[in-house]
Parts: sequence; structure tokens; C-alpha cells
Amino acid sequence: MKDVVFGQYYPTGSGVHHMDARAKVVLALAYIVLIFFVDSFVGYFAYALFVLSVTLVAKVPLRTLLRSVKGVAVLVLFISIINVFFSGLGEPLWQWWILSVSVDSLLHAAKMALRILLLVLGPALLTYTTTPMELTDAIESLMTPLKWVRFPVRDVAVIMSIALRMIPTLMEETDRIMLAQKARGASLDTGNIFKRVKALVPILIPLFVGAFRRAEELALALDARCYNASPKRTRYRILRFGWRDLVGLLAFGSLVAVVVLGAVRYDFDGMIYDLVASWVH
Amino acid sequence: MSIEVEGLGYTYMKKSPYEKRALDNVSFRVEEGEFVAVVGQTGSGKSTLMQHLNGLIKLTEGKIKVDDIDLTARRPDYKRLRFLVGMVFQYPEYQLFDETVAKDVGFGCRNAGLSAEETEDRVRQAIALVGLDYDEIADRSPFELSGGQKRRVAIAGVVAMRPKVLILDEPTAGLDPVGRREIMEMVLSLHRTVCPTVLMVSHDMEAVAEYCDRVLVLSHGTLAYDATPAALFAKGEQLRDMGLDTPASVQLSTRLRQNGWDVPLCLTPKALAEAIAKALEGSR
Ligand SMILES: Nc1ncnc2c1ncn2[C@@H]1O[C@H](COP(=O)(O)OP(=O)(O)OP(=O)(O)O)[C@@H](O)[C@H]1O
Ligand SMILES: [Mg+2]
Repeated sequence: MKDVVFGQYYPTGSGVHHMDARAKVVLALAYIVLIFFVDSFVGYFAYALFVLSVTLVAKVPLRTLLRSVKGVAVLVLFISIINVFFSGLGEPLWQWWILSVSVDSLLHAAKMALRILLLVLGPALLTYTTTPMELTDAIESLMTPLKWVRFPVRDVAVIMSIALRMIPTLMEETDRIMLAQKARGASLDTGNIFKRVKALVPILIPLFVGAFRRAEELALALDARCYNASPKRTRYRILRFGWRDLVGLLAFGSLVAVVVLGAVRYDFDGMIYDLVASWVH
Repeated sequence: MSIEVEGLGYTYMKKSPYEKRALDNVSFRVEEGEFVAVVGQTGSGKSTLMQHLNGLIKLTEGKIKVDDIDLTARRPDYKRLRFLVGMVFQYPEYQLFDETVAKDVGFGCRNAGLSAEETEDRVRQAIALVGLDYDEIADRSPFELSGGQKRRVAIAGVVAMRPKVLILDEPTAGLDPVGRREIMEMVLSLHRTVCPTVLMVSHDMEAVAEYCDRVLVLSHGTLAYDATPAALFAKGEQLRDMGLDTPASVQLSTRLRQNGWDVPLCLTPKALAEAIAKALEGSR
């Protein structure tokens, strides 16, 4: 349950954890965009190397990081199978009905799988090294330009941080209510689907009642302190761009360089093609 | 009917940076008919211990045996255990959910698969046992009751399951002195009538001194003391080191004794008043 409480935050106090959250968010966005331009194994290897080194620097155990891939494992498998059998690329090595396998389709499938895996790993690394609160602060700060078009950035940020703040509380409450109803003999994980849905009622109703009660209390508490989101407010955590962020940017910059140059200068993919082709023949 | 706990340990979120050792090598035995208090600083593991006793937390280390149900067995009968050991959580009123009080109190009985008549019988009895009027309250929504009534209704929901052991996690939390006394009197009457064995987590030392036969003190997940209230509160200083208070009457009688008064260590204001009166009479 506590997984949800801290997001996936994995505290180690490393340099990556201490980076400016804004820099990390921007880098993560760039990381995601750039990966769609990568179409060579050099690029993917560079990406993997980047993820691996950031993980090492962040001192997040590799096994913990790989857990975030579990959610997309089925998707990756599915897409790989489709790509291997249905891509229709290259000279078929094997054919049956509408299915065919070729060296090209194998390599294509491998690239697709790598792309999805790397796509998941980058943002996962962001959430392992950044608390949800820092993330909201960063997003608020990055949305500042929207203030010029009268977008209520502050209010949205407050709503976001209150929502984030409430998630762990509600999870804990759900836990407690579940235990309490179990203690009264409720069985939550047996029976058919209708029984299970019905078994949720004794949990959901107290949960909603509690959520409304909390919301009301919070609103009262805000009012009682004359809270007003609009005027200029000071903040407790101040995000600062520092040398660590520069290092991060430089590291990412070299990744971009490798992706761009590497793809142009070396026919790495050609080598891999020959390798796989000679191996399957 | 007894509870045996031996070498019980528990760690929350094992193998993660948030790992937390909540219980360590806790052993004790509770016999039928005892009214046992479980005290300790916040975070000392009281709730974790209690949730082990009716299988809400799966046993990972050590042994627990409740009556003839051995929790070290491969597939213990959790369903029977939960009806044998009734558990009232902290702020139980937040668990009410059904349309009417009667239905909510009957939730446990329905889960046990009891017939409609049997359920109604038990609900009637349970509501009376917690000191409420069935005819007045049965068809009302639990959400329109007062805080104290809600708590009684929630306790009735557990009592209706007719557990042999009743566990209460801070039943008087958040109540005023009158409310606390009423709930404690109710618990005492439950102890005397339907649930012979009671374990109660409490921060209210006055109540512990007055109502319980025995006190288990947890400190950082280990069992620090297992004693009668009188023996325990005689240790004044050591208790304070563990972040526990002593009842006012114990403090006052200790001070009086230090100043040469001939009074015993008194656990309740009533006992202290009588002791002082006697001492005054003797010196006259
Ligand atoms: N679900 C959980 N996940 C992780 N850690 C927990 C969980 N529940 C309790 N703990 C930790 O285990 C320790 C013991 O908790 P427990 O709730 O048993 O204490 P307690 O004695 O009941 O405290 P209180 O008097 O505040 O109710 C605490 O340090 C707590 O932080
Ligand atoms: Mg507790």
C-alpha cells in the first residue's frame, strides 16, 4: 500500500535526487520526444547506456527499476509477436499462410520492444528520484507562462498538490476500512464477479463519506486561515537550478549527439543485420 | 479458550527503504476471563499485535494459538478465527455503511451465513448490550446519529458476532470524560456478560488502572512489562522513561507516602479518598 503513498519514490539522497525537479521534468520530456526519432540500434544502445548510468548514479537498484517494466511486459510481448510475424518486411526465412518471419522483421520487432521498454524506464526513473510534491512544484513552475493568458496556474497547482497529499491518506483509510470489514467476516477476494463488486459496497461507502468529511474539514481549515491562492505567496521548498542540473543536461546532450552522429557515421545496424543473418542461416 | 503468543515478530514492508520492524520477540498468554490492557507509546506496535490475533495480518514470525486454532498451520481457519476474536478498530464509527442501524449491526452475522431470525435476535441483543434502544434506533440511518451513538452501533456490529474474545483498539479515543466513562462501563459489562476475555489498547492510564486485571506494556515492538496495574504503576520512573503516564491517584498516593503518610499505593480516586480518610482517622 505504501507504494502509492510515496509514488514510487526511492530515497537514496543521490545527486540525481537532489537535482532541480524542473530540470528532471524537462529532461524526461525531451527523453520521451527524442526516442521517437531513434531508429537505429546505436541510438537504442546509447539510450540504454544513459538509463543505466543514471540508475547507477541515482543508486536505485536495477531490480527495483525493472519492476516498473512489469506493467508493460504483456504489451511488449504482444507487439513483438505481431511485428515478428506480420511485418512482411524483407526476404522471408519462414512462411505459413499469412505469417512470415525474416531477419528484418526480427530486428524490427527488437527495436519496437526496446523503444517501449526505454520509453517506460525514463519516466520511471523520474518518479523513483523525485517526490510527487517536487513534481507538482516543477509542473507549476513550468506552467508559469500560462499565467499571461490568465490561466489560474496557482489554483491548479494547489488543487494538484492537495489531491496528491490526499492520495496516501485515502489509501491508508481504504486499508483500515478493508481490515475492519474483514474483521466482521467480509470476504473480498472470493466468489464470482457480482459477489466481489457487491463486497465493495461496505468499503466504498465509508470511504466516500470519509472523503467528503475530510474535504469539508480542509475547506474550513483553509477558510479559517484566510487562505487565498491568488496573491503572491512565498514557498517553503524553492527549486534552484544548480551544477547537478548542468551535469544532467550535459549527459543528456551527449546522448543526443550519439543518437544523431552515431546513426550517421556508422552503419552499425548493417553490421547487426549481417550478424543475425549469418547466425540464422 | 486461551490465547498463546510466542516469539512473535513482524516487519512492515520488508526489503524496501521503508522497512519497519514493528514487533520483536513478543510472548505472552491470556487466559479466558481476563481483562487485559495493552499500552505503549505511539508506534510501539500495539495495533500490529492486535491485528495478528484475528489474522488480519498474516503471521510471519513466531507462533500464535487462539483456542484450538493454530495460526502456524498451513491453512488456518481465518473465517472461524474472525468470529471467535471480535475486533473493534480505532474510530469504528467511520466503518458504518448500511442504510439502517439494524442492517449495519447485522453485517457480520450475515457474513457468517446465519438465518434472518437468528441475525435479528443477535442484533436486538447487541444493540441492547451497548446501551442503546433498539426500537428507537434500529430503522434510522447510522449517518444521522451522534458521534457517541455511532461508536456504540459500530461496537454492537462486532458484539453481534458473539466473539469469545473482544479486542478494542482505543475505544475511548476522541471522547470527553463522560463519554469515556460510559464506554468503559459498557466494555466492562460486555466483559462480565458476553465476551469473557477482553484485550484493550489504551492510552488512558486512569481507565487501565481502574478496569483491567493485567497490563502488557509494549516498547519499540518488544514486550517490556507484563504485570498487574498495581505492580506496574509502582514503577513510576521507569514508566515515564517509556513515555507512559501514571494515573493521578497513583502519583498523589506516591507523594503522600514519600511525605510519611500511611496510605497504600492507590489506583483509583475512590480508593485513594478512602485511604486518606482512614489515615486521617488513624492519626486523630
Ligand atoms: N501499514 C503499515 N505500513 C508500514 N508501516 C506501518 C504500517 N502500520 C504501522 N506501521 C509502523 O509500525 C510501527 C507500529 O505501528 P502500530 O500501528 O502497531 O503502533 P501503535 O502502537 O498501534 O501506535 P498508536 O498508538 O499510534 O496507534 C509504527 O512505527 C508504524 O509506523
Ligand atoms: Mg494503533
